[in-house]
Amino acid sequence: MKKGLVVGVLVAALAFGAGMLFGRSGKQDLKISSSTQGASYSGGFKAEGEGAAPPGAAIRSVAGPAPTNVVVVKDGESIQAAVKAAPKGTIIRVMPGTYHETVYIDKDDIRIIGVIEAGRRAVLDGEKKLNDAILYSGNNFVAENLEIRNYKGNGIMGQAGNNFEIRNNVIAESGVYGIFPQLGKNGIVEHNVVSGIADAAIYIGMSDNILVANNDVFDSVAGIEIENSRHAIVEHNYVHNNSGGLLAFVTPGLPIKDTVDVIFRNNFVVGNNHPNFGAPGSTVSGIPAGTGILIMAADDVVIEGNVISDNKVSGIIITDHAHAQNITTDPESDPNSDRVKILDNVMLRNGYDTITEAKALLLADGKVGAKNLDIVRVGPSPGSCIINRHQYVTAGVGDFAECDFTNTANTVNYLLPPVPPREIKPGERGKVVYLGICTGCHTYNGRMIGPPVQVIQALYMENPQGLADFIAKPTKKRDDYPEMPPQDYLDPETRLAVAKYMLQVTN
Amino acid sequence: MIRALVLLIAAMGTAGATGPAPTDFTLKTTCPPGFEKTAAGVCELRTLYQFYDSLENRGLGGTRTSLPPHRDGFTPYQIDLGRYLFFDPVLSGDGTLSCASCHDPARGLSDGRPRSIGIHGEDAGRAAPTLWNVAFLKRFFWDARADSLEAQATGPLYSPHEMGNTPAQLLESLNGNATYRRLFQQAFPNQRGPITDQQIFTALAAFETSLVSLNSRYDRYVHGYDAALSEREIEGLNVFRSFVARCSECHTPPLFTNEQIAVIGMPEPAGRPFDVGAEAILHAPKLKGGFKVPTLRNIARTAPYSHSGAFADLRGVVEFYNKGRGNAVPKDMHLYLHWHISDPKLTDLEVDRIVDFLGALTDETFLPQPPARVPSGLPPTKQGE
Repeated sequence: MKKGLVVGVLVAALAFGAGMLFGRSGKQDLKISSSTQGASYSGGFKAEGEGAAPPGAAIRSVAGPAPTNVVVVKDGESIQAAVKAAPKGTIIRVMPGTYHETVYIDKDDIRIIGVIEAGRRAVLDGEKKLNDAILYSGNNFVAENLEIRNYKGNGIMGQAGNNFEIRNNVIAESGVYGIFPQLGKNGIVEHNVVSGIADAAIYIGMSDNILVANNDVFDSVAGIEIENSRHAIVEHNYVHNNSGGLLAFVTPGLPIKDTVDVIFRNNFVVGNNHPNFGAPGSTVSGIPAGTGILIMAADDVVIEGNVISDNKVSGIIITDHAHAQNITTDPESDPNSDRVKILDNVMLRNGYDTITEAKALLLADGKVGAKNLDIVRVGPSPGSCIINRHQYVTAGVGDFAECDFTNTANTVNYLLPPVPPREIKPGERGKVVYLGICTGCHTYNGRMIGPPVQVIQALYMENPQGLADFIAKPTKKRDDYPEMPPQDYLDPETRLAVAKYMLQVTN
Repeated sequence: MIRALVLLIAAMGTAGATGPAPTDFTLKTTCPPGFEKTAAGVCELRTLYQFYDSLENRGLGGTRTSLPPHRDGFTPYQIDLGRYLFFDPVLSGDGTLSCASCHDPARGLSDGRPRSIGIHGEDAGRAAPTLWNVAFLKRFFWDARADSLEAQATGPLYSPHEMGNTPAQLLESLNGNATYRRLFQQAFPNQRGPITDQQIFTALAAFETSLVSLNSRYDRYVHGYDAALSEREIEGLNVFRSFVARCSECHTPPLFTNEQIAVIGMPEPAGRPFDVGAEAILHAPKLKGGFKVPTLRNIARTAPYSHSGAFADLRGVVEFYNKGRGNAVPKDMHLYLHWHISDPKLTDLEVDRIVDFLGALTDETFLPQPPARVPSGLPPTKQGE
């Protein structure tokens, strides 16, 4: 597995070697920059008419104002039953106890908040039988204070919910991903303790505008992974004893093709040397155990202010798709890590037991006798930069330019203020339901499965409510037409809106 | 000069025309179900999904996720002309096959066969994909070799294994038919002269983009009616989207496809050679055996399954995935299997529940009406045979 990610390095090493012999010679002059002075990275995210906060404003919440409707679930009761019964806009307080269930949330504005009493939490226990603990697709979802263990799939998985907040949860031994928001926008993952996960403890997949902060992730194959996502800040996390600590990846073959603008700053990335127990065929199974930070094909990754120590292969590996053996190909994805930016970090005792290919690269870079390796780059990485490079033991970063900034202080976060729900006028909804559903059986003046709209108009012209009531519970009215299926899945307001719309159409 | 030419062609066409009198055929002035006729006179799709958003407007995600950008904006005439063409065997080389032969409304807009049967009984090599919701797709064919419906149309029309026609014969037979000339003139009023292949492809695309299925019981659940799905179907949905089964990672709602190429390692039916799929198109050895992820909407209506019909029923497909990574990869062949192909170890009950859930994706409310007769006068291909 180790070899997977760096196969082909030797060829590159020979090329570097030739460069050493004939190109560089002698000691370079030190170029020293202070990260407390100088320009600041302005970030890659420009809010586009989304009502974003001005740069610099800290956002602590993205899910909107807390609902006032509160229900309580006690030990022995079902959280899912409470979710099912809850109208949108409900806080579900879960009392300490043990809950064996998969909770799914397909509506908006639901918050599942554990109550911690004297250190006792609400525990979701999958007993290694259940797949996922929490699946959400609703917007403005919040999960807090839960303990999740022994699930086979994921701890908390989101599928397209926006404005999510996942915080203060303890997740252990829970399958493939601990926390995995996917295809979501504007989310916070903070203050979670996640361990013993067979892929990434925290995995941000195909999502935009994300903050991952103050988490403790350990004993997993990958600590925190930002994949095919844009505008993510990963800061103040303690990432230790994973096979790989922090990852910024582009996985080929996904419908969203790039990873752009990721800031890894002020994290502790320490001793990520856990044997790799990733599933065969998984992307992370190719991570060399002992990797602090791994960048593969992601663009504009900024690495600043981290304490990166005791990772035995390397503190930072920058690579591309071509050097990863178990990675497929995607003509629509750029395979290279463009514009990596390495600012000041504290790097200690990395690469003390590195892999053969990395040693060859060190040799090729003229680092004869190097006992450590902080940063290694294989594969093209155009437009990359670094400051104070003399402080690190590096291989393959000789052609990195000096960055024209020294810090990211001006980029506070990439979160957006809570976006108010879209206002849909009843008339608009009525029209869409009429066209999207009713017209399957009714035409204006012709016979289809149901009677013509003109006939319905003649019957109900002055009585839209009567029509709205009828479609909820239709009765058989005409011998020559089949009975209409009930449209009770539409809420009363929508039924009235569609009835009104149907009564005024003219063709 | 051009005018004279048109008249000449028209005269020739009338002289040689056969079949029903041209006046028997008229084009609809109304849009198909699900479409609004705008002030500009074109048909635009309306669906509840337009009230939702999706990340980067890609139309992928969970329940209340908007659809991907789609094709619409054709006129009712163009759509209805496409319907006539779609059902008319005059489009094939020997007048025996129409588009509907392999995309049969009575068979889920597919043909119920492991692999389609083309002209002279030829094995077409791959299964006919359903046409439901093609308006939302960006890539066509199992190996994704076409990037538009118009480009796709040339594939089956001119393949010697499928409809076996030639561009010259197709134009000659349509231009030789007074009814078609009149209908094309109606559908393309700003274009003078003989019928062109681009007009034919446009009309076919116009009709195909009207084949929309978004009113299944699953959709009702999405739009907020919890009781639309049974307990078993909801269990199935939760297994389907769980990270143990991982079905929804590629069969992503709301269309139940992410339209990517995936190397799954499905078996070929006995005696069939291994199909390299997208490798041949993209010249990417790592995509050997890769095929476009198909939609699962109306999947219960389109057995058998896989690019070559290896599976007779849905349970067989789900069981294949459950047998573990690479279980059908030929010996001595290395495939870059998709990373989500794992070893899920689902229970028999979970497999059953997934199949239950897939049944909730059926919606044929907007099934098109086959014309009783077609302008060529040829007998329309029989449905459901």
